[in-house]
Amino acid sequence: MSVHVSTLQARISGESTASSPLSTEEYFVNMGPQHPSTHGVLRLVLRLDGETVREVVPVLGYIHRGIEKMGEHGNYRQFVHLVDRMDYLSALANNWAVTMVVEKAAKMETTERIQAIRTLVCELQRIQSHLLWWGVFGMDLGGFTPFFYGLREREQICDIFEKTIGARLTMNYIQPGGVMFDIHPEFVKDVKAFISYLKPKLVEYDALVTDNVIIQERIRGIGKLSAERAIALGATGPVLRASGVAHDLRKSEPYGVYSQLDFDVPVGKDGDCWDRYWVRMEEMRQSVRMIEQLIDNIPEGKTFMVKPAAKIKVPAGVHYSHLETARGILGVLLVSDGKEAPYRIHCRTPNFNNLWCIGEMATGGRMGDLVAMLSSIDIVVPDIDR
Amino acid sequence: MDALNLIAAVQALQPDAKVREQTDQPTLIVPAHALVALARQLRDDPTLRFDLLETHTAVDWLDEDRFELLYLLASVPLGHHLTLSVSIDRDEPVVPTLCEVYPIAQWLEREVYDMFGILYDNHPDLRRLFLEDDWVGFPLRKDYEDDFMLERPE
Repeated sequence: MSVHVSTLQARISGESTASSPLSTEEYFVNMGPQHPSTHGVLRLVLRLDGETVREVVPVLGYIHRGIEKMGEHGNYRQFVHLVDRMDYLSALANNWAVTMVVEKAAKMETTERIQAIRTLVCELQRIQSHLLWWGVFGMDLGGFTPFFYGLREREQICDIFEKTIGARLTMNYIQPGGVMFDIHPEFVKDVKAFISYLKPKLVEYDALVTDNVIIQERIRGIGKLSAERAIALGATGPVLRASGVAHDLRKSEPYGVYSQLDFDVPVGKDGDCWDRYWVRMEEMRQSVRMIEQLIDNIPEGKTFMVKPAAKIKVPAGVHYSHLETARGILGVLLVSDGKEAPYRIHCRTPNFNNLWCIGEMATGGRMGDLVAMLSSIDIVVPDIDR
Repeated sequence: MDALNLIAAVQALQPDAKVREQTDQPTLIVPAHALVALARQLRDDPTLRFDLLETHTAVDWLDEDRFELLYLLASVPLGHHLTLSVSIDRDEPVVPTLCEVYPIAQWLEREVYDMFGILYDNHPDLRRLFLEDDWVGFPLRKDYEDDFMLERPE
């Protein structure tokens, strides 16, 4: 049995499609890897017919670091550092995903306080991630103002993290067995001040962008993705929910203290760029709701059950657990042979799966809309390449 | 559906499926030739409805001279999970593609080809995903070596 293996060169070379002097000719254009709207080093090869996109061929690997291979050569605690560098806007959720599978496999216990702190910081980071997306989305559409507004608010969340965690981006905070440090004495006060600051800002955002006729005309009805196709293409998170599927692991398989919190899962209707925009704006409000319920009710207790040991023994076998980051389902598959380092560790990252929807959305659409569609998926390239 | 019922339901569809031990999710070992037909049944059966291929990856069991392919299926409407495990010979790593059942498999399988060199029969666009087309070797195989590799702690 022989299986044919192709190359990129073969994939994007084709015969001339012009059959008569009046017909148009299709051609390939590179978008990226250095392009301001691909948010990192994503390269898309586009097959165009004039302004119409006929096909999108994503070319990956420009920031591939082999995190999974590195993971096989270090212990579990070291792997927590590496996943910070995948989706850097959800570093805490990435830490938690690894922590969750290790704790489940090694049967480590945690306290209510640990779970409450984890939930709280992850929701804060979800707001931070969506704020950055909101700013960048505005900028991709040609408006520079949202970028400044979004980053201004995001900066405050980074400051809150810096006080407690000591880092602003690559957190390495949530560890198997607990969290690295207890929250800063001013954490509760700071978060409350930030929430009361953010709520009127979200109203201002609506006046600036959401209710703006130009924005609505620009993003309504483009980049449509049906619910069936979204699931078939493995999309999760806001991309899937915008297509009308209320699938959120925080509701369907609650972890942390999400089962005690009262919140809604916003879903869209048409699965277009507008719905994806709206779902994220609504998610920010839901995160504010969750933080308000939690911030006065952090239980007392330890932040590490036992003194953290460098070596964690995980029983041999296949272990899997997943959670909901700002972009979708992040799963960690751990295959252990009982030694100090994992035998194989695989991350199911949300961006990798969400990216492939771009082909479905963009084909048949306009080249100019592609930037809006790409931005509405909210991709982070290091999370795709790993 | 809970794990025991799920396994019984799948074994009714595919009697050759055996339970894989040492896993925390219901996992069934399936022969490679039965994979595509079973996956289609799992997706279309109204009581199972495994519509999401959450992830697909491989494990290189060098000592046992086989690759283990893991397919993690989930049902969005019903909320249950199932893992399919397919073992293939390390010397002839060919397995049928799941692209027709789960479109996302096209890219997940390209990643596994890139990292493990597993060949997917009938794949519409099988080529490297992250590495360059002329890269030598498959990095996530256990016998892959380069000058900068770390030692695995015992």
